[in-house]
Amino acid sequence: MNTKKVNKLALAVIKLIAAVVVVILAFLLGKILLSGLPHVSWHFLTTPSRSFTAGGGIGIQLFNSFYLLILTLLISFPLSLGAGIYLAEYAPKNRVTEGVRMAIEVLSSLPSVVVGLFGFLLFVVQFKMGFSIISGAIALTFFNLPLLTRNVEDSLNNVPKLQREAGLALGLSKWHTVTKIILPEALPGILTGIVLCAGRVFGEAAALIYTAGQSATNIDFSNWNPFDESSPLNLFRPAETLAVHIWKINSEGIMPDAEQISAGASAVLIVAVLIFNLSARYLGNRLYKRLTASK
Amino acid sequence: MDPIREKILKPSKETRQDILGKTLSYASIFLIVAVVLAIFLFVASKGIATFTENKASLVEFLTGTEWNPGANGPNGKPLVGALPMILGSFGVTFLAALFATPFAIGTALYMTELSSKRSQKFMQSVIELLVGIPSVVYGFIGLTVVVPFVRDHFGGSGYGILSGSFVLFVMVLPTITSMTVDSLRAVPKYYKSASLALGATEWQTIYRVLLRAAMPGIMTAIVFGMARAFGEALAVQMVIGNATLLPESLLSPASTLTSVLTMGIGNTVMGTVSNNALWSLALILLLMSLVFNLAVRFISRKGKM
Repeated sequence: MNTKKVNKLALAVIKLIAAVVVVILAFLLGKILLSGLPHVSWHFLTTPSRSFTAGGGIGIQLFNSFYLLILTLLISFPLSLGAGIYLAEYAPKNRVTEGVRMAIEVLSSLPSVVVGLFGFLLFVVQFKMGFSIISGAIALTFFNLPLLTRNVEDSLNNVPKLQREAGLALGLSKWHTVTKIILPEALPGILTGIVLCAGRVFGEAAALIYTAGQSATNIDFSNWNPFDESSPLNLFRPAETLAVHIWKINSEGIMPDAEQISAGASAVLIVAVLIFNLSARYLGNRLYKRLTASK
Repeated sequence: MDPIREKILKPSKETRQDILGKTLSYASIFLIVAVVLAIFLFVASKGIATFTENKASLVEFLTGTEWNPGANGPNGKPLVGALPMILGSFGVTFLAALFATPFAIGTALYMTELSSKRSQKFMQSVIELLVGIPSVVYGFIGLTVVVPFVRDHFGGSGYGILSGSFVLFVMVLPTITSMTVDSLRAVPKYYKSASLALGATEWQTIYRVLLRAAMPGIMTAIVFGMARAFGEALAVQMVIGNATLLPESLLSPASTLTSVLTMGIGNTVMGTVSNNALWSLALILLLMSLVFNLAVRFISRKGKM
């Protein structure tokens, strides 16, 4: 065979492979959305789940997912901001910093089930916090920290060095320069990263099974006192999230409509992830335009 | 002291702010490192207890095939043969990487070299979305699509290593693809121009120049995909059948380290042999993620030279 024929053949093979992948991906998305969305209704999204009979919804699980997400971000954002600032601005170039980076990389590649087990061992058992939202939020923080930290560091590093020099030349302290000049400019990148991480946290289940628990206690949405047992804001109640719910009804669910519920819940999860992705892009673009002079 | 002297010698407001900020950022990085160390310490101490406290033998743990930590074998030691799970984990990981790599490289080449800007953007966002799909959703799809498909076309119950690898294949495909795209884009444009100017065909340029130059990046992508597959728990657990037996074929029910962990931790009591044995499995997972990490470092260091 001459080279021209080989070329044509090889390019055709590449196109074929790409087509196969597109078909697989389209099938996957189509399958999830088409089999799930018909089951999604206002009733499905707001009623509590039922264990033995058909007709349950995902109301409490959906609320738990969002509540857990907000708590996780509240804990992990300040931490990762501090750590990111350290790595981008203060860290000296030496072996210690190298070790710190390595530790963060290892943390980001740990299987989420191991992070969950660690949370179970330390918070649920050792600190006697039981299966609770707060244990789950801390476990998710561990899982979330490395990614957010790297994202903050990268966004800070993308700010030109000139800005730092300008700040220092004006007599501002380093900290002042970072918080008042560098951070605002890095903000779009940081926010995009946060929203993408939020999507990941929203769908995480393995780290939560043994920390936030697998039961959704009935909560009373008219009671907003965080210290009351039945309040939705209570930090120490077990909270099954949407992703855990899908896993649970597929492995041990006995309600007759388990498959429909999982299909509906999967579709809700995918739509949520889609919204997170799109809003990350939109927010990033918009903020970038607003805070810089570019069109 | 006179007030001017005092004012000069005392740290200014800016300095105090700077010290405060520095302390805050040092504290948060310190906390992260402490968390990593604590995870290693806790899991290692629990995982090693199987061998020190419960006197199980390490060789038997790695090569034995009988997993029943609550009972003792004929030699009076607990039966902690973890080989079926270890084989299961490595099996699904390697098979998934084997299936996914050609597809990922092909797709990445199409996206960077052959497609128009518009379809490239479209595929990019689809792949981003797929990276973000939660693993339980993949597991659910595996349960409703892959398991029946394998049962009808390959035989067996449908639960097994093959189904697990299929599910992981779809899960790691977007990860490997997007990282491969990044490394192909990082190849300097003039490499390609130079090769084409020499009269090489497109394929020759791709095969002899682009792929070679992007090799370290592609290898890193594959290792990352394997690390993700190795640590994936729920999606695999849902389709693999969860039988702690040495798999006879790709179609017989098997189990992985992660699946045994997710099923078992809730059903065992803290401090018992059965529980400690599970922590030993977690320790293997931990060590393997360290190995994947080192592999990535090694590849990127070699690629730099």
